[in-house]
Amino acid sequence: MSEVAAVLTLAHRDLIKLLRDRARIVSDFAFPLIFIGILGTSLQSGFGSTTGINLLHFVFTGVLAQTIWQSTALGVISLLMDREQDFSQEIFVSPISRYSIIFGKILGESLVAFPQFIAILAFGLILGVPFTLEKIVALIPAALIIAVYGGAFGVLVLSRLENQRQANQIFPFVMLPQFFLAGIFNPIQNLPWFLDILSKIAPMRYAVDLMRDVYYAGGPNVPIFDLPTNLAIIGVEFLVFIVVGTAGFVRAERNR
Amino acid sequence: MIHLDGLTKRYKKADRNAVDGISFDVRAGEFFALLGPNGAGKTTMISILTTTLSPTSGTASIDGHDIVREASAVRRIVGIIFQRPSLDMNLTAEENVRFHAILYGLYPYAPTYGLMPAAYREQVQGLASLLGIAAELQKPMRTFSGGMRRKLEIVRSLMHRPKVLFLDEPTAGLDVPSRRTLWEYLTTIRRESGTTVFLTTHYLEEAEEADTICIIDQGKVVSFGTPDRIKSDLVQEYVLVDAEDRGRLREELARLELRSDGGGPFRVHVDSRHTHAALKAIDTPLTIVRTHMPSLEDAYLEIVGKVSE
Repeated sequence: MSEVAAVLTLAHRDLIKLLRDRARIVSDFAFPLIFIGILGTSLQSGFGSTTGINLLHFVFTGVLAQTIWQSTALGVISLLMDREQDFSQEIFVSPISRYSIIFGKILGESLVAFPQFIAILAFGLILGVPFTLEKIVALIPAALIIAVYGGAFGVLVLSRLENQRQANQIFPFVMLPQFFLAGIFNPIQNLPWFLDILSKIAPMRYAVDLMRDVYYAGGPNVPIFDLPTNLAIIGVEFLVFIVVGTAGFVRAERNR
Repeated sequence: MIHLDGLTKRYKKADRNAVDGISFDVRAGEFFALLGPNGAGKTTMISILTTTLSPTSGTASIDGHDIVREASAVRRIVGIIFQRPSLDMNLTAEENVRFHAILYGLYPYAPTYGLMPAAYREQVQGLASLLGIAAELQKPMRTFSGGMRRKLEIVRSLMHRPKVLFLDEPTAGLDVPSRRTLWEYLTTIRRESGTTVFLTTHYLEEAEEADTICIIDQGKVVSFGTPDRIKSDLVQEYVLVDAEDRGRLREELARLELRSDGGGPFRVHVDSRHTHAALKAIDTPLTIVRTHMPSLEDAYLEIVGKVSE
């Protein structure tokens, strides 16, 4: 029971931290809006007619998935910085299990990603991305799955790093290439073989594809894999990430 | 209460042990001070004892619980005030305390202060009044001064009534008045709760109040005992004397039964109260008379300096 209370407390803290940090709210919302508003709109007006699919919708679904996935992944990785600074020192000496710390963090960061999901959705509506109510309802569980999946990836990365400096250093290698390998803005159907391999390794790809499975259901054939395939891959990777990551994190935590 | 046996820690890629085979005991209710210069291994030792770092070898236990095998039991009975502030600046003072209390399983989770059990609210108010910060409890942490933040950390660390309270250089970065009030509060708390206090510091004057002082440097114990014992160990008072006729002086010192060493100049070991009488008794014309009477502070610096060389 006290472990459940601990998980809830950690999640609660993350949400409060977001709500009281105005600078972070602005930066969390600004990037997706720039990507969709400027990149999506300009791609559509420039190349939309030649590609046959609406590039604003394409970028919108990609950025929606990427934002949620990356928000929880980076949120979990921020445990590193916390550990060096504030309340987390306190969390690490409290009698709760290390697993509760991980689950509390993933839950908290998923809650933090949710307002971003709502904001991007609202922005999409303003830009004229078509939605039905059923579609919005269907996107919610997809967003949750993507959030938790991103959190598990964060745990895996976290378990391999020693401090925030390292996290900042590897960010351009771990996150940035995935923007393009996951096909957020660009098509990844006909990649050269070596990029195709890298793309299939990039976990963000499955998050983006899952979002498009749900958004384009019954419409144009934009997603690469179907929904069950993406869910299966995400399920397996989630388990591997969380088991390997948590075990590594708990071990690394004490054997410095 | 605390038992260390050959405790050793070597960090990865380090070429020497940060903590090097340390053994000692701390009794229940004792005020124990671990003293040493920066980098002596104090924080490493506290991290090991509070179970956030594994020792490389050796064992340690707190209240009979092994710090490695029963880490969770140890965490339940210790409180810690970290060297670097561990408060969440985005939360209010009360939220910082509440989250701590829930993490320690003291109270069930509730999203707001009003929904927390009455017992919790009483406990927080009680501790906060004791430390004089009751009026500021609902204010954001950011508005607190350094001294108030430290006090709040103490309130928080006492919520689960720890048997041992670890304080890792708690006054670092505080001005002199804040430092003084902090010590007064800690003394009051210790008197009222009987908590064992384990303090690390590099300020000698903070350790002088302790029941036991342990001085470490480069991971090794340099001196251990009551402040008086440390003082007599460390502080060597002597008078340095010399004469042209050293042979005569040596004979005279021996006749007067004055303990001395050196082949000239001679170190005559007398404490400050007997210096005058000793000098008066010497008939040999002296060419050098120099008294050596270091304070505890000088002695500490001297011993720490000697080890580092």
